[in-house]
Amino acid sequence: MSGPGHVPHHARNHRIGEEMKLRSKALAGLLATCALGLMASAAAAGTLDTVKGKGQLTCGANTGLGGFGIPDDKGQWTGLDVDVCRAMAAAVLGDAKKVKFVGLDAKNRFTALQSGEVDVLSRNTTATSSRASTLGIIFGPVTYYDGQGFLVKKKLNVSSAKDLNGASICVQQGTTTELNLADYFRSNNMKYESVAFQSEDETLKAFESGRCDAFTTDASGLYAERLRLANPDENIVLPEIISKEPLAPSVRQGDDQWYDVMTYTVYAMLDAEELGVTSKNVDDMKKSDNPNIRRLLGVEGDQGKGFGLTNDWAYNIIKQVGNYGEVFDRNVGEGSPLKIKRGVNALWNKGGIQYGMPIR
Amino acid sequence: MSDATYANQTAYLRTTPAPAEPPPALAQGPVAWARQNLFSGPVSALLTLASIAFLVWVIPGLVRFLITDAVWHADSGEVCRANQGGACWPFIWAKASFFWYGPYPESQHWRVDLVEVVGAALIVWLLWQGAPKRNVAALLFFVAFPILSFVLLRGSDWLGLPVVTTDLWGGVLVTLLVSLVGIVFSLPLGVLLALGRRSKLPIVNAICTGFIEIVRGVPFIIVLFMANFMLPLFLPEGWTPDRLLRPLVGTALFAAAYMAEVVRGGMQAMPKGQYEGAASVGLGYWQTMRLIILPQALALVIPGIVSNFISLFKDTTLVAIVGIFDFLRTIETAYNDPNWTSPTTSATGLITAAAFYWVFCFGMSRYSQGVERRLRAGRRH
Repeated sequence: MSGPGHVPHHARNHRIGEEMKLRSKALAGLLATCALGLMASAAAAGTLDTVKGKGQLTCGANTGLGGFGIPDDKGQWTGLDVDVCRAMAAAVLGDAKKVKFVGLDAKNRFTALQSGEVDVLSRNTTATSSRASTLGIIFGPVTYYDGQGFLVKKKLNVSSAKDLNGASICVQQGTTTELNLADYFRSNNMKYESVAFQSEDETLKAFESGRCDAFTTDASGLYAERLRLANPDENIVLPEIISKEPLAPSVRQGDDQWYDVMTYTVYAMLDAEELGVTSKNVDDMKKSDNPNIRRLLGVEGDQGKGFGLTNDWAYNIIKQVGNYGEVFDRNVGEGSPLKIKRGVNALWNKGGIQYGMPIR
Repeated sequence: MSDATYANQTAYLRTTPAPAEPPPALAQGPVAWARQNLFSGPVSALLTLASIAFLVWVIPGLVRFLITDAVWHADSGEVCRANQGGACWPFIWAKASFFWYGPYPESQHWRVDLVEVVGAALIVWLLWQGAPKRNVAALLFFVAFPILSFVLLRGSDWLGLPVVTTDLWGGVLVTLLVSLVGIVFSLPLGVLLALGRRSKLPIVNAICTGFIEIVRGVPFIIVLFMANFMLPLFLPEGWTPDRLLRPLVGTALFAAAYMAEVVRGGMQAMPKGQYEGAASVGLGYWQTMRLIILPQALALVIPGIVSNFISLFKDTTLVAIVGIFDFLRTIETAYNDPNWTSPTTSATGLITAAAFYWVFCFGMSRYSQGVERRLRAGRRH
């Protein structure tokens, strides 16, 4: 049966397997080389000059996360992350409208940034060390400190996560959320019963039907999910946040000038809030005697020049987009259906940890 | 024997037929119909009862959700949140313009409307069998209409129409555009590929076979992903083709590869005698194909072609993964809008989407059945 040159089946399979492994390795290597090569070339071109040349900023945004990046009834993009891009366009091009938004999902967001498809990625992305170290990207200032929280029924009379000892908790299976939950209860010496489901929808439905006492996911998501419940007002979000999910915009590594533009755009918005400069009073504030405000708004000094921007860069951001507080309120805070409290996202001098580096 | 004698001898026989009795009540009317079609045997009776039970079980719930308990008027999701028994239709009204135009600027919506009306009129003219001068319609549809649509949709400064870049196109507009381009290009391309694959010229054969096999062997999502995110890596900056053009080309090529195999199936069903007959009257290769083989082969595979069109129409939803707002993506986006979130919003949106796709696909299917009946009239056994 086996003629000359006939290779036994298992040996052949083995060889094919190895070949495939080699090939896929070679392919991965090739892709990585291309990506790195392009990153270098994109960096060499200087994203700031490219953006100025195009007259338009290309921004990677979430295609549908309420409060962070989502088109409204008219198809206009709205959200906290989206407004960061608008602020950058105002700073660089003097016009917050000169942004082209590209909707990205969790899978393709980094590829889009690496390949130069977008100039900045502002899409509720958690800044983590492995992303920074392996993806060739660099994270800017945190625009929203997110973290895992709990939603409970009001009638349980629970006011803190510490009261949840012995509770049953609905959680989505196979997520970091599930791991964080285990960590939190173990480190607090508390017991809980995990009721896990495949999808977020199922999890919420289970909570609603009383299968468990509490529902857990990222806090920003909790507020949106709460609105899907039959009686949103009979449920409250507990104050404790049990994990760290700092959401930050990012750019490609190796383009420090562009990185600075992104970073100080966010800081300018924070500083404006701290100094009480809003989109409404910014023109009056130009006459202010406060040297910090005068520097911020470009009345004094050459703050913009060093970045390769005009000196009224921050004025344009505040006038056209608003300060951080305004942007927060409008998109996720009291002025929005989500009604998320400032909490840890309040300014450093108001009990939070948002701290804008000085513009001077 | 005279007639009179006959009449005398057979006086007890009728000379006229008796008037017809009506058939028994059990052989006609609704009862008979039911007996024949619904209760012809125990299995059939069981199936009928089961179906009725199923309908009784499902329909009242559907009617309640879709109509009687549904919310019809509201300014925001508040009312839908309060009333969870039924669909949240105000959500659809509020978002209708977003579903239809995507992020296309509101002041320019008339341009989209105009293109859609002209396109619909031309398609009806082209497809309606009894219409006069259908060759003029074909010329207008395949040559003038694409140019008109491009100029109108994109705009141009010297015509005084503000430019609307393709990243602002969306909704039904994009779904129709992608599927129309896919349908219009995939058939001729598919025919060419099928001819190439059956060709005896080795290079043509190898290229066509290779193309078909490679394209069919790669998931559509990967083609789209490569076209949108990997292409910019390989091309110099500023050379990258338009974001919407890339998936358009990808869709057309992808559909063409599948179409080629359907068409090839039809050509293989042609008996050898057809080729020999064509050769014997002195027809060359292209004449044989154009006049003898393709008309018969294509008519044979209409169900396959249309089913390809239908799956192409639904596959257009995949362009959403490269960040293009097709119709389904606009629906998904809209029901995540916190202004409208409610327990029933997503169901309402998805039902609407399903109805939309069904209407189009069912329409295509019905039309193709008509064409099939007409073309096969002479072949029916």
